[in-house]
Amino acid sequence: MDGYIWLIPSFPAVGFILNGLLGKRLPRHFVSFVGCLSVLASFIVSLAFLLELLKLPPEARILEGDVFEWIVSGEFSTAVGFRIDPLSIVMCLVVSGVGFLIHVYSVGYMHDDPGYPRYFTYLNLFVFMMLTLVTANNVLLMFVGWEGVGLCSYLLIGFWYEKDSASNAGKKAFIVNRIGDYGFLLGIFLLFVTLGLRGVWTLNFAEIERHRELLTAQAPLITLLFFIGATGKSAQIPLYVWLPDAMEGPTPVSALIHAATMVTAGVYMIARLHFLYDMAPQTMYVVALIGVLTAIFAASIGFAQYDIKRVLAYSTISQLGYMFTGVGVGAYAAGVFHLMTHAFFKALLFLGAGSVMHALAGELDMRKMGGLRRYLPTTYWTFFVACLAIAGIPGFSGFLSKDEILWRAFSSPHGGLFIYCVGLVTAGMTAFYMFRLLFNTFHGGERLDPHVRHHIHESPKVMTVPLVVLAVLSVVGGYVGVPHVLGGEARFERFLEPVFGSAETEARSTSLELSLMALSVVVALLGIYIAYRYYVAKPELARSFVERHERLFATVHNKYYVDELYGFLFVRRLLQLGAFLKRFIDEALIDGIVNGIGYFLRGIGGLIRFLQSGYVQAYAFSIVVGAIVVIGYLLIRVIP
Amino acid sequence: MAAILFKWFVFLVASIFSVFSSVMMVTRRNPVHSALWLVCTFISIAVLYFLLNATFVAATQVMVYAGAIMMLFLFVIMLIHLEREVEPLRRISVAKLIAIVLTLLLFVEIIVGLSLAKISEVRPSVPIQGDARSIGTLLYGKYLFPFEIASILLLIGIVGAIVLAKRRKE
Amino acid sequence: MLEVPATLFLLLSGVLFVVGAIGVITRRNGIVVFMCIELMLNAANLAFVSSTRLTQGLEGMVFVFFVMAVAAAEAAVGLAIFVMIFRLKGTINVDEINLLKG
Repeated sequence: MDGYIWLIPSFPAVGFILNGLLGKRLPRHFVSFVGCLSVLASFIVSLAFLLELLKLPPEARILEGDVFEWIVSGEFSTAVGFRIDPLSIVMCLVVSGVGFLIHVYSVGYMHDDPGYPRYFTYLNLFVFMMLTLVTANNVLLMFVGWEGVGLCSYLLIGFWYEKDSASNAGKKAFIVNRIGDYGFLLGIFLLFVTLGLRGVWTLNFAEIERHRELLTAQAPLITLLFFIGATGKSAQIPLYVWLPDAMEGPTPVSALIHAATMVTAGVYMIARLHFLYDMAPQTMYVVALIGVLTAIFAASIGFAQYDIKRVLAYSTISQLGYMFTGVGVGAYAAGVFHLMTHAFFKALLFLGAGSVMHALAGELDMRKMGGLRRYLPTTYWTFFVACLAIAGIPGFSGFLSKDEILWRAFSSPHGGLFIYCVGLVTAGMTAFYMFRLLFNTFHGGERLDPHVRHHIHESPKVMTVPLVVLAVLSVVGGYVGVPHVLGGEARFERFLEPVFGSAETEARSTSLELSLMALSVVVALLGIYIAYRYYVAKPELARSFVERHERLFATVHNKYYVDELYGFLFVRRLLQLGAFLKRFIDEALIDGIVNGIGYFLRGIGGLIRFLQSGYVQAYAFSIVVGAIVVIGYLLIRVIP
Repeated sequence: MAAILFKWFVFLVASIFSVFSSVMMVTRRNPVHSALWLVCTFISIAVLYFLLNATFVAATQVMVYAGAIMMLFLFVIMLIHLEREVEPLRRISVAKLIAIVLTLLLFVEIIVGLSLAKISEVRPSVPIQGDARSIGTLLYGKYLFPFEIASILLLIGIVGAIVLAKRRKE
Repeated sequence: MLEVPATLFLLLSGVLFVVGAIGVITRRNGIVVFMCIELMLNAANLAFVSSTRLTQGLEGMVFVFFVMAVAAAEAAVGLAIFVMIFRLKGTINVDEINLLKG
């Protein structure tokens, strides 16, 4: 069975090639079928592998298979090889499952778009790259996937490339990502060299894990460098700035890439390298700290956004912060659990937003919405379910995953009270701004454009069915991880135990955990209530608050001017450097040299032209001179 | 003994005269004068050939060079009425002066080369004679092929000269 | 007393050659340049004939024969060209025949 792991990423790769080469010439149905079925095929194969894994005893649940030798250099060799273990199978199922639903949704959403084949080509390419990332058995192949999803992100954000804002957003995403990748690469190099100097030349995960004692000294630095890469890919402080702009892309893209999958690559990476992070508590603290600070920071920005996709973007950044907090305090399984549940409800939220936009002919501003639940029932109810999930209301999946993280933040030796408190407050904030979004969009009085109102219609089945499926998953998806405390068996965590080891041998204080759980529920309900008061019961409250604290609101609305700060500090400097280089090096030096060579040759030609005088006697004389030289040379040779 | 002295005498006269007439040829302003001095040079060289026992070559020299070729030159000079144009005396430019000096360098090299060379003459009692018979034997024997080629060459020369100099029908 | 040494003949041949070379470079009249070239050819012929003294073989003279043939053909064609140039340019002043310039 392990020889066939490569099938999982291969189906979307085939889809990419087929749609890429033939998509334009063949009918839409072909493109849709190829695009969706390839991802479905990956999902089915992943399911098959899940069953295979379950057949094996827990300790032996690793399947690895190399496809071919890729790089061989001296003692080092790395292969294109894949690995299935509980962690990667979870990722595969999430990526291919949610990916499939989003593909189906896209058939409806992108129906009228002229770039339809191109869209599905890129989308398939993305799924291929993402699956490569999560199934790779060595760092290099994972990095290939890492870069590949970055590329697809750029291609898809800038999908409507005629729009300046879209192509700029694509560039911004790629460039900021690249900055993070710089750290990632340095991490790879350091890892490689540290192991290599002790004679172990490998980048295979299993091998690295076996030799991890050799890395003890360098672990903090290596993990920190990898984490820098993660801040870029997974939009944490300081490299999160690309994600809100990425909303320029089509909404299903935002759902798939910037909510459910690509941005979670950083979390996956840390989980995959958990054995390194276990050796570097300092870095773990940094990870957790940045995670939780990002969470609260992004949540605060979500308070003041009117664009529904922007709210969801900041919400994603915030929830990713939670995931990093989870892995930062050593609760790898909890972080991955939240990754999974978040994929369900965040994809649902984005697709729901897309459904709203579809109904309102592209309107994004919540100030121009209101009362839509009458017209878009399915969209409304599924969106409502997702909001409950993200707010952490019991009974829905988000509650269990978020709570697990908060509990671990509190109780783990890597965590602390500070991290817990910030996380708790953020939970309340999350509930608030999500329900603000819900109430403004679907409840209350209608503030619609009359023209738009005329055309409102619920989305077609091809779009609403995935919404329903995701809603169901947002509810039941959490039940695989019900902790002991609530009477469950923590199956999810146990499933991932072979990967992470069971660090949960500390005595769990049941009552403490239960009371913290209750606390977070209270905080969530409080957030919902405040949102209700401000936006449904008495909408004037919101308005007057904004008027009274105008400057504060403006700052938060403008994302604390971070983009402007970066622009001033970095972008402008780089542009200045570029202008300087252009003037002094490109134009003066290089053009000077190249043109100089031209002038020089022309000058020499001008001189040589004098030889061509057309004057026969000069030519004759040159023959004489030649004779003199030759005879002279011969004579000199003869002189003793 | 007397024969050798005589030979030396003839050699000196002929060689000095040849050098003298060649210098005159180079320096005359009137091209007809130059042509006539060249004839003198050719004849003195023919004398030198006689000294070298090259009787056939000497005869050929007089016939071909002094006779045919120089006549051709004079015809052409007359044809384009050059006898009336006399080259005005003009300063030799600096460039030409330098060229002359450099050419003298060639002469220096020749002298150096000759002095360095170990020229060992073979002096049999009966030196080889370049008479018609012996030359003919070689020409029609060993060197028959070049001989035939030379005749083709002359044919080409004739045809070429006629074609080139033909006056085009206006 | 010895025979006239071959070296002297060669020296004489060198002198005539150099005189002819100077003439080629110096004179402006095309016909005269041509005549100087003939002089140079003769100097070479003299050297060839002198070589028979050194080798006691007649190959030198045979070669002279061919040189003369070539010189004759060359003189004929060359003068024909001169005639053409004169018709074209009205002068055979080599300073002014510079169509190959540039």
